[in-house]
Amino acid sequence: MTDTTLSAPPLLTVDGTPLKTRLRHIERLNQFKSLLLILPLIAFLVLTFLAPIAAMLVRSVDNPEVAPVLPKTVAAIQQWNKKSLPGEEAYAALASDLTAAKEDPSQLAEAAKRLNMEIPGFRSLVQKTARNLPMETEPESYKTALVELDERWGDPAYWHAIERNASTSTPFYLLSSLDMSVNDEGEIAKAEPDKAIYLEVFARTFWISAVVTVVCLFLGFPLAYLLATLPTRQSNLLMILVLLPFWTSVLVRVAAWIVLLQSGGLINGALETVGLIDEPLELVFNRTGVYISMVHILLPYMILPIYSVMKGISPSYMRAAISLGCHPIRSFWKVYFPQCIAGVAAGALLVFILCIGYYITPALLGGPKDQMVSYFVAFYTNTTINWGMATALGALLLLATVVLYAIYNRLVGANNLKLG
Amino acid sequence: MPVYATLIERIWFYAFRVLCGAVLLFLILPILVIIPLSFNEGSLLVYPLTGFSLQWYREFFLAPEWTMALKNSIIVAPGATVIAMTLGTLASIGLTRADFPFKSTLMSILISPMVVPIVIVGVSSYLFFAPLGWTNSYLTLIAVHAALGVPFVIITVSATLQGYNKNLSRAAASLGADPITTFFKVTLPLIASGVTSGGLFAFATSFDEVVVTLFLAGPEQTTLPRQMFGGIRENISPAIAAAATILIVFSVVMLLTLEYLRGKAEKLRTSVPE
Repeated sequence: MTDTTLSAPPLLTVDGTPLKTRLRHIERLNQFKSLLLILPLIAFLVLTFLAPIAAMLVRSVDNPEVAPVLPKTVAAIQQWNKKSLPGEEAYAALASDLTAAKEDPSQLAEAAKRLNMEIPGFRSLVQKTARNLPMETEPESYKTALVELDERWGDPAYWHAIERNASTSTPFYLLSSLDMSVNDEGEIAKAEPDKAIYLEVFARTFWISAVVTVVCLFLGFPLAYLLATLPTRQSNLLMILVLLPFWTSVLVRVAAWIVLLQSGGLINGALETVGLIDEPLELVFNRTGVYISMVHILLPYMILPIYSVMKGISPSYMRAAISLGCHPIRSFWKVYFPQCIAGVAAGALLVFILCIGYYITPALLGGPKDQMVSYFVAFYTNTTINWGMATALGALLLLATVVLYAIYNRLVGANNLKLG
Repeated sequence: MPVYATLIERIWFYAFRVLCGAVLLFLILPILVIIPLSFNEGSLLVYPLTGFSLQWYREFFLAPEWTMALKNSIIVAPGATVIAMTLGTLASIGLTRADFPFKSTLMSILISPMVVPIVIVGVSSYLFFAPLGWTNSYLTLIAVHAALGVPFVIITVSATLQGYNKNLSRAAASLGADPITTFFKVTLPLIASGVTSGGLFAFATSFDEVVVTLFLAGPEQTTLPRQMFGGIRENISPAIAAAATILIVFSVVMLLTLEYLRGKAEKLRTSVPE
């Protein structure tokens, strides 16, 4: 057979081109047409979704405040040995920059605010120095004059802070989000304990997500099993009970949980009537409320993938194992469970991914100690308008999500996601 | 349960049912609890009920902040749905038509709006559109909501297309129909239920979206969920229960429509079973 194909003349189409070439050509044309169909969506998502996120990532290292206000100082400081105080030319440049910066007080205020993040009190130092500039008589040495004006100019720490802001990009916010900072020796070090709050927030976010995922798994797995093994008509009816909350607005459910869990609410009322408790339990505006509502919101995301995998498992395997003398529990564990592991992995990962980014439920049903990373991203954007911290925390949260999503794609495949 | 089941098996059987019943009760309880409160006479969201009244529905349909929120939701959600449905369906057809390199990567990027934390979408679009002066606008809000709805359309339409027999398109082409006629006369009617399901998901996503609205929308664009969010935060009044009840009725209608469409889609599967 190999002989004939080798010796036979290549098949030609009507216009004389070999069939293989022509087919390849058509296939390429087809690919091109298909891409053309996808292109509008790609363009749309780039504009509304991907470009804003890329801009946010860029912004997390953006440092536009200091360098443009102190251009001469930044240039002069390049020659500095970073051990003792900088030389006279740096002080003269600083005086000249600050004098010039008085033209635009708002820009100067921004730079002072940024330097204040490095060393508390730097803002007042900058403002005080700028107020006293230009000096009435040109001093012999700006170094002596400025140190005389405020002795903090004689402390290298303040110069190190300016030096760290010499560039318009900085790792400051990203490192702060991980409770780290660049110290005066230029090394990455742990932040001071009073500033170190974010690692705890990240740990809390992952802990809450892990608890919610585990609880969802323990509640969702048996229900998925029941739904998969019941006759179709009954299981469809029960399925509606799973899907109805899934389709109900999250805010409706949050409102309902407040009604149920508050101190005069139904759950406390029922427990008091039964006599289990004398004092109302605190179930909401704390961690308990967050756990309960998050499990409620995310449970369908656990049930649906497990259910769809279980649906495809034939009951004969379990029957065979039991009839061969295997204990029902053992045969469940050895025969049935390994077959639904894909669904369990899909559900657990999906719940975990959705959970780490949650904002509404902790914000409405949690206390100050239950807020997750998302809350701080929103807080820095809306309340304190510290976009550096907002975008840096957002970038790290995004990184965590992307890593988990990549694992999910590896294990499950994004297009194998089943809904409803 | 077979008659020969042992005692332990019987106990296990009932314990299992009770556990599942408890989980189902947990799932459905909040929805059952909030509905009666919307008909309550008292002005607090607490049981026991004090008397029947429709005043909270009157407030929902007459108070300007609620009517405006409802109006905005009715503008934004269908707008986002139409964009997501159109672009998502075209892209799904493109994705199933041919194989090309990085297809799965492309697919996961197109689905990523579903998994990216919503606060990140909100903050990044705010920081991106604010300097352009595009915040506080219906169009921007609709566009970002549409981006959030796209993954659902892609997922449902791609799944429906897998049950579509391509020979039907080939037959139409061989009979002289051009690709556009083939699409509208042959393909679209057969995948319509999948497209509509995707649209329903996209609609629900936008209709329930609060975080992006929180960042992007001005007071003029307050949507229903945004209004509820503010209400729950500040003073939780039974008008919220009325709004919630209406939304629940709405989700029941959507769910039933979806189940109906799913049944229809099963019947319209034209691909040859493997």
